[in-house]
Amino acid sequence: MLLSEFKSKEILAQYSVPTPAGKLARTAEEAEAACAGLDARKYVVKAQITAGGRGLAGGIRFAATPSSVRDEAAAMLGTRLVTEQTREDGELVEAVSVEAALELSHQRFIAFALDPTNGAPLLLASTEGGMRFEQQAKANSDLVKTLALPEDTPQTRSDALAFLSQFDIDQTQTLNALFGARQAFIDYDATLLEINPFALTRENGWVAVDAKIAIDPNALFRHPEFDSMAIGEGALSPEAEAQKSNINLVQLDGNIGVVVNGAGLGLATHDMLLDAGASPANFMDIRTTASSFDIAKGVELLLQDSRVKAILLNVHGGGMTSCDTVAEGVAFAYSRSKRKVPVVSRLAGLNAPWGLQIIQDRKVPVESFETMPQAIHRVVELAQGSAR
Amino acid sequence: MAILVDENTRVIVQGMTGRAGTFYTDLAMRYGSTYVGGVRPGRGGTKHLGLPMFHTVKEAVAGTDATASLVVVPAPHAAEAMIEAIEAEIGVIVCITERVPQHDMGRVKQALEGSNSVLIGPNSQGILTPGACKIGVMPTQEAKPGSIGIASRSASLTSEVLARCSSADLGQSTTVGIGGDTLHGIGFVDCLKRFREDPDTQTVVLIGEIGGREEEDAADYLTTVDYEKPVIALVVGRHAPEGQRMGHAGTLSVFGLRSAEEKIARLRDAGAVIAQDASTVVDSVLATLETA
Repeated sequence: MLLSEFKSKEILAQYSVPTPAGKLARTAEEAEAACAGLDARKYVVKAQITAGGRGLAGGIRFAATPSSVRDEAAAMLGTRLVTEQTREDGELVEAVSVEAALELSHQRFIAFALDPTNGAPLLLASTEGGMRFEQQAKANSDLVKTLALPEDTPQTRSDALAFLSQFDIDQTQTLNALFGARQAFIDYDATLLEINPFALTRENGWVAVDAKIAIDPNALFRHPEFDSMAIGEGALSPEAEAQKSNINLVQLDGNIGVVVNGAGLGLATHDMLLDAGASPANFMDIRTTASSFDIAKGVELLLQDSRVKAILLNVHGGGMTSCDTVAEGVAFAYSRSKRKVPVVSRLAGLNAPWGLQIIQDRKVPVESFETMPQAIHRVVELAQGSAR
Repeated sequence: MAILVDENTRVIVQGMTGRAGTFYTDLAMRYGSTYVGGVRPGRGGTKHLGLPMFHTVKEAVAGTDATASLVVVPAPHAAEAMIEAIEAEIGVIVCITERVPQHDMGRVKQALEGSNSVLIGPNSQGILTPGACKIGVMPTQEAKPGSIGIASRSASLTSEVLARCSSADLGQSTTVGIGGDTLHGIGFVDCLKRFREDPDTQTVVLIGEIGGREEEDAADYLTTVDYEKPVIALVVGRHAPEGQRMGHAGTLSVFGLRSAEEKIARLRDAGAVIAQDASTVVDSVLATLETA
């Protein structure tokens, strides 16, 4: 789960990382009022969305006076900001932060991640901090250097100082900020803590001008303070609804609804569909903990999606998810839905014949096949036929 | 023979008294594996499924001579359970728990370093030597003893590939689910090394997917040895859309995250036979047997 910039910096500030003075505003009037408490010659208004790429997309705007802060906030609040990291319809700007604009001389990229080989905290740094970092790092991975910091000891502190001097970050006092960020990374179960830019300012030395913290969703049981954020505001997306029912769902742009158990079989099915020229409406992975009711919820989301012309049911039953469990869910969703798109099924493994019997008995419009290529061939025919 | 587990493996279950623990222990015992006890703090001295219960793993090892452990402990406590098994010097630890926090796995990896334990998982279907030992949650009705070794990141695809192998009369020596999480225990390289040493394994099937470095590491290993046994690789996720909301694409690129196509190219260059999709793995295995 990604925390907003404002929340991320609020956390960092508690761990002795210098951050610019700033306030959160949900209305243009609040934004203007926020200026009163800031010691600044110039202000910056920043859209608080979780996706990156704001700077290049007009989500960070400078303003010289409180009244122009109000205007810039009014222009952003309530709009959907589209960046290279958002979906096509962008992300709703529900709040902006108002900060004193600082004069930056050096901009660095600093981050903590978990070392993929041993799970220990790893410091990442690059001289190319700032708005274009993401693009540059993708093109050239040598831009980023890493240092393992499994512990906070005098030795690792002196290692870190030597490491940072190659980025012209050479003040011992910066180490406190850095190891503070490392501690925040651990305490908050972060999978990524990114400070970009970490910048040298004329006013305050090295400051975390922008920051982003991603919290391990599997560790949220240790951080109940974020429960309300996980639920979010307004209507739930189909993805979030599915998640509540132990189903991993990713919405795509096509017309074939896909119901599969297991991430690996899901990816394999997706590959075979695209190889066959098909266009799936979603990627679905029924987790092993899902009950029939959970599966019914997942199928219901597909039946409610008017783009879906046919459903491919590809299940290899085993463990706790046997074919009859999945079939019960499918049959239940169909019994409650007026819209009944054709189902092409390929059931294998535990209780496959029983599963097929269940969906046939409950009058689900199903055609059944022995192998995945046969089923995929048929569902592509159905989807293309009704599209014409 | 087979790798890691066989008919002599003596298994205890951590978290045996829970719903999932009871279910999977019962199934594995019916399959004919040697389960010798269970661990649940506070339940020591009682019996569950006819097996003696212990408060701690150390007590269970002392009381049963267990050599392996199945960890079916909920995610918030799974890391402590794995570390307890490592400290009790259990040889093979299988964790099927999903959603173990990554920072917890950092501590588990630290405990594993220099230990004598092999960890399989977490988020794994476990390990199966057909006809001899099942430690995990995989279906077994389609498994058959034989000479195909399978190492996989996906439970559902392992079931799929295994069923197709068996129906083509290709039995399995051992199947290992290395798990779907970024931070996990045993990887493809260790599996490849063990299958290479195992006289019962004639052919190895690797089932990989996008993300992580397992496939690249396997390719690097295969280029450094004369592996001799055919390796068939399936890597799924060739058409997976790039995560658009991932705010850390740039950062993660330093870890060398590659697409499925790149993983496939590296494995092919290293001498592996690439299966185009899940339905053609068996054809690839059969083709290598004919040319052998």
